[in-house]
Amino acid sequence: MKRIISVLLENQSGSLSRVVGLFSQRGYNIDSLTVAPTEDATLSRLTLTTHCDDVITQQLTKQLNKLVDVVKVLDLTDGAHIERELMLLKVRASGAAREEIKRCVDIFRGQIVDVGPTTYVVQLAGNSSKLDSFIEALGDAIILEVVRTGVSGIVRGEKSLKL
Amino acid sequence: MELLSGGEILIRALHDAGVKHLWGYPGGAVLHIYDALFRQDDVKHILMRHEQAAVHAADAYARATGEVGATLVTSGPGATNAITGIATAYMDSIPIVVVSGQVPQEKIGEDAFQETDMIGVSRPVVKHSFLVKNPADIAETIAKAFYIASSGRPGPVVVDIPKDVTDPNTKVPYHFPDKIKIRSYQPSVRGHAGQIKRAVNLLVSAKRPVIYAGGGVVLGNASAQLIELAKKLNYPVTNTLMGLGGFPGTDKQFLGMLGMHGTFEANTAMHHADVILAIGARFDDRVTNSVDKFCPSAKIIHIDVDPSSISKTVQVDIPIVGPCQSVLNDMIALLGGIKDKPDESAIADWWLQIGGWRERYGLYTKPRYEPSDGKLIKPQDAVKALYKVTEGNAYITSDVGQHQMFAAQYYLFDKPRQWFNSGGLGTMGYGLPAAMGVQMARPGAQVACITGEGSIQMCIQELSACTQHQLPVKIIILNNQALGMVKQWQDMQYGSRYSHVLYEDSLPDFVKLAEAYGHIGLRVNHLDELESGLEECFSHKDRVVILDINVDQYEHVYPMLIAPGSMRDMWLNKTERT
Repeated sequence: MKRIISVLLENQSGSLSRVVGLFSQRGYNIDSLTVAPTEDATLSRLTLTTHCDDVITQQLTKQLNKLVDVVKVLDLTDGAHIERELMLLKVRASGAAREEIKRCVDIFRGQIVDVGPTTYVVQLAGNSSKLDSFIEALGDAIILEVVRTGVSGIVRGEKSLKL
Repeated sequence: MELLSGGEILIRALHDAGVKHLWGYPGGAVLHIYDALFRQDDVKHILMRHEQAAVHAADAYARATGEVGATLVTSGPGATNAITGIATAYMDSIPIVVVSGQVPQEKIGEDAFQETDMIGVSRPVVKHSFLVKNPADIAETIAKAFYIASSGRPGPVVVDIPKDVTDPNTKVPYHFPDKIKIRSYQPSVRGHAGQIKRAVNLLVSAKRPVIYAGGGVVLGNASAQLIELAKKLNYPVTNTLMGLGGFPGTDKQFLGMLGMHGTFEANTAMHHADVILAIGARFDDRVTNSVDKFCPSAKIIHIDVDPSSISKTVQVDIPIVGPCQSVLNDMIALLGGIKDKPDESAIADWWLQIGGWRERYGLYTKPRYEPSDGKLIKPQDAVKALYKVTEGNAYITSDVGQHQMFAAQYYLFDKPRQWFNSGGLGTMGYGLPAAMGVQMARPGAQVACITGEGSIQMCIQELSACTQHQLPVKIIILNNQALGMVKQWQDMQYGSRYSHVLYEDSLPDFVKLAEAYGHIGLRVNHLDELESGLEECFSHKDRVVILDINVDQYEHVYPMLIAPGSMRDMWLNKTERT
């Protein structure tokens, strides 16, 4: 099943490569990976998504915890959580299609953030399946370019991943 | 506060971290450091002939003493040569710190002369690594490196230092921290009390128990506790290749080594066990055979300081994360306090059953290999003779292959830190530099490297370093004129097609080779010369001796687990299987 794993990591050179290296070294797949510093500049927050069974997930979180630079690891999929991904799309928009695309963007609550003579750049945030649906709704024919950030996630309620 | 250069700080910090011996090899990127070494007497540097050997020696020194081994190498080829040694230490969880030089920071990334991304190259085989960017950070980094290497599950730590950081013209205050705290690294120091209680309850309820103890018992200094627990319970004990010596090899409760070339009784007892207590062992594929057929009726308790070792390959019933010594102490204390006692009659029956297995195929009840014709030397006999001549007291290192397995089977280790081999990575070339590391740690003791004519040639250059540093190790070559273990597999699985395991009369004359390095070379060809040859070898107390023993070229190592299969599926000799 799909797993969203959050990692609090020392914000040091080489830390990220240890995490990424672990995946290739142990044969785990990464579907997406996002990383950025937190409000505490010495820490980075990393969210990765992967598909694996419970045994592998357990081993994966243990291996992540074993890395000296890793401060904390949390499998968000264990409980209620929010996941978000941001996507930017460049689409071919000319003639009648311009209106049609605009309507579709509105339905998905996206925004058109750049307008060119024959193109739009659309911004859309949501969970991964919503983004997938939007791509499907537009159809491959008019999509020129897709950029997705990968999933970021956070636990609902009181619990939080911090020092 | 005293002002020192980066090079001086490094050496001072190594000294403050407890380093007495530094195994290394100089080069351009570490020239400043070597100059600082020259101008002090606290840290003794041992010049090796290859960086791989420098790391192996530091590794064996660490295994022998329980301290952290230390190595210094230069950038580029120095660093990459060290990798095999680092990987060896990583697989066997040995605490070492490897300091590598790096090109100056302004040159990093320019493909400068002797530049290698050491942090990147070493990443999969280190416990952790540091790149030091400022001389003021050296002392603290060294303190952290030693702390990380030696705490929790031990392992190698690399400290990569660009040349400009050790510049003699930049001087900064020296301060070595007394205490290290790393917020992201908190190894377990105590097992969970509830889990330990559950484990003890399960343990005393066992009818067919086996204690399966690994290298963690040796590394975690838990041998005394293991013995106490096993004696209290009267349960059988088996050791992994890495755990040998953790429980006395001559004790009647000892079943011998388990696994691929483990004894019949150890493997069979594991298979039939109802409770297995795994201590500091990691259910390696060389132990378990097919995981899905592993010990089908056993409930498993697993003590390990590394949580990721638990349920990695075999799912266990009661995991206990903690250092072996403290957890065993807690278990022993609990055992005294509970009402339930082991079922003595069940245990007596179990011992009876084990006794039957020993009698049938046990390695120590009678010889299980075809006896010598009186002339030909069986490799097993050579190890047994070595055991006899050294009265079982020698420190034994080995390389990798048949000789390693014969050593593990027939030299009965009664003490922890008496047996040194590359168990996890299986590094040929480990034996000789390891013997040097052990000899440095145990001056005056008998140190012997049991090796083969193949393995010894992988680090043979160190014969020169033995001379320079007066390390009178004894090199016992079980010379079967072939890469024996590969040849054995070719016999068993490839129709005896000996693909590139023979030397076609190209082997060196090891006697002359020893003499060329200023050592003593001896050769033994017949069984009746074996003991006297070994005695002569060890009579040269202050000399390096190579004893080249010509052994049976067709001998195989048995028992041997049959894959895929369970632990009771074994070849017992060339024609018989279970």
